[in-house]
Amino acid sequence: MLDDFLVRALLAGVGLALVTGPAGCFVVWRHLAYFGETIAHSALLGVVLSLVLRIDLVIGIFASACAVTLLMFYLRRRGTLPADTVLGLLAHGGLAVGLVTLAFFPNIRVDLTALLFGDILAVSRTDLAVIWGGGALVLVVLGRIWRPLLAATVNVDLATVAGMHPERTRLIFGLLMAAVIAVAIKIVGILLIVALLVIPPATARRFASSPEQMAVAAALAGVIAIAGGLFASARLDTPSGPSIVVAALLLFTVTRLRLLRGSRTAR
Amino acid sequence: MHDRIIVIESNLLVNVRDIGVRRGERWLIRHVDLRVPGGELVYLIGANGAGKSTCAKAILGLIDVDEGTIERAPGLAVGYVPQRLTVSHTLPLTLRRLMKLTGRYPARDIDAALTAVGLERLGDPPVTSLSGGEMQRLLIARALIHRPDLMVLDEPAQGVDLAGAGVLHDLIDGIRRDLGCGVLLISHDLQMVMDSDNDVVVLLPHEHDAPHSAGPSATADGRDAGTAAG
Repeated sequence: MLDDFLVRALLAGVGLALVTGPAGCFVVWRHLAYFGETIAHSALLGVVLSLVLRIDLVIGIFASACAVTLLMFYLRRRGTLPADTVLGLLAHGGLAVGLVTLAFFPNIRVDLTALLFGDILAVSRTDLAVIWGGGALVLVVLGRIWRPLLAATVNVDLATVAGMHPERTRLIFGLLMAAVIAVAIKIVGILLIVALLVIPPATARRFASSPEQMAVAAALAGVIAIAGGLFASARLDTPSGPSIVVAALLLFTVTRLRLLRGSRTAR
Repeated sequence: MHDRIIVIESNLLVNVRDIGVRRGERWLIRHVDLRVPGGELVYLIGANGAGKSTCAKAILGLIDVDEGTIERAPGLAVGYVPQRLTVSHTLPLTLRRLMKLTGRYPARDIDAALTAVGLERLGDPPVTSLSGGEMQRLLIARALIHRPDLMVLDEPAQGVDLAGAGVLHDLIDGIRRDLGCGVLLISHDLQMVMDSDNDVVVLLPHEHDAPHSAGPSATADGRDAGTAAG
């Protein structure tokens, strides 16, 4: 069964969606979409790093993403620059340095399209193991920091007075994001990963009355988008990464329309 | 380190001595002395910009002080009621879920805390649908479920009408009596403060920088509070 590339793609996508759903909720609640973009953009640096050093792509991206996250925390702590300026600096700085570095190694060929938009159909058995293993690890850690992270999201002072160390929790979540993005880039690519973090939670919001419900619903919405996008991509011969995002977008729009009509008839 | 956790006088929860907090060249607060004994209500009053919230944050350990010392009773449990709490619409959070924000509590403890602030009949609505007064009560309930030794409330009556402010005040005083905890109540409502016979600390917003200006002062009796001016 695993020999079928479509089955492997579906399994990879589902494994990813189960993680990006809950993690993406915090991206939406804490307004971290641009933070996600920054890690994703600077991932190119990690790609170059892993090609030059001949290490695994996911490890290279994870290493560079962690470095960028730590740098971001450091710059924010210094507090002289506004948050979005710091992010812009690192996002496009990382991307540009990655591209320039690449030019120094003319015999290294990089499939830029696959990098930017992902290639879920090329997922190997090893990739599957990384996605499900890494995903499970991320979910376990996220579950452990769930309460303090949520408290810090609602009000940092309340969390601090309760002895919850919000700064440490934020840093852990930043590193989790680095891991999620490192794993996800192969599937949806640098340009589309944030869509997978933001759209399913946005879809789920209407159906949830607690943060935990929203996390589960977001995971579900992500799974539906992955399955729908892959199916459409196979049938219509469209690129898989963008098809998944379009499916997520359609799901978001359709649930909105249905709810709109529902609330109107209710009145 | 300015913080020490030894309190010399036995029934003091917090002993603040001559603290100052500086942002760049400017002192937000300076020469503030304040003591909260167990089971007592102490007011911290002052005009807007006098540094009331800064002072509260220093006492809560949320910001570092640049001079002076803050001593807390060992193992002091603090309940904090912030000035306001804005919950984003993207975050689905109900009244009872907010009660569990910083810890796990059995339903009956939550019921008891909600009853203490008069929110027991509200059910479990989203917090974004609560009025200003209901939100304040909820925040008080959330703070008291921790069974704190000290409650710090930052202008709980803000955005609540005059009658509501009186009710809220009685509520806080009732909680103090029932729980036997100390209360530090930040307020700019002078009338309310002067009608009570509790300790009052007055923050004066000017002359922080002048050496030996007698800054804000704490007194033992409410009615002759705030004697010092720069």
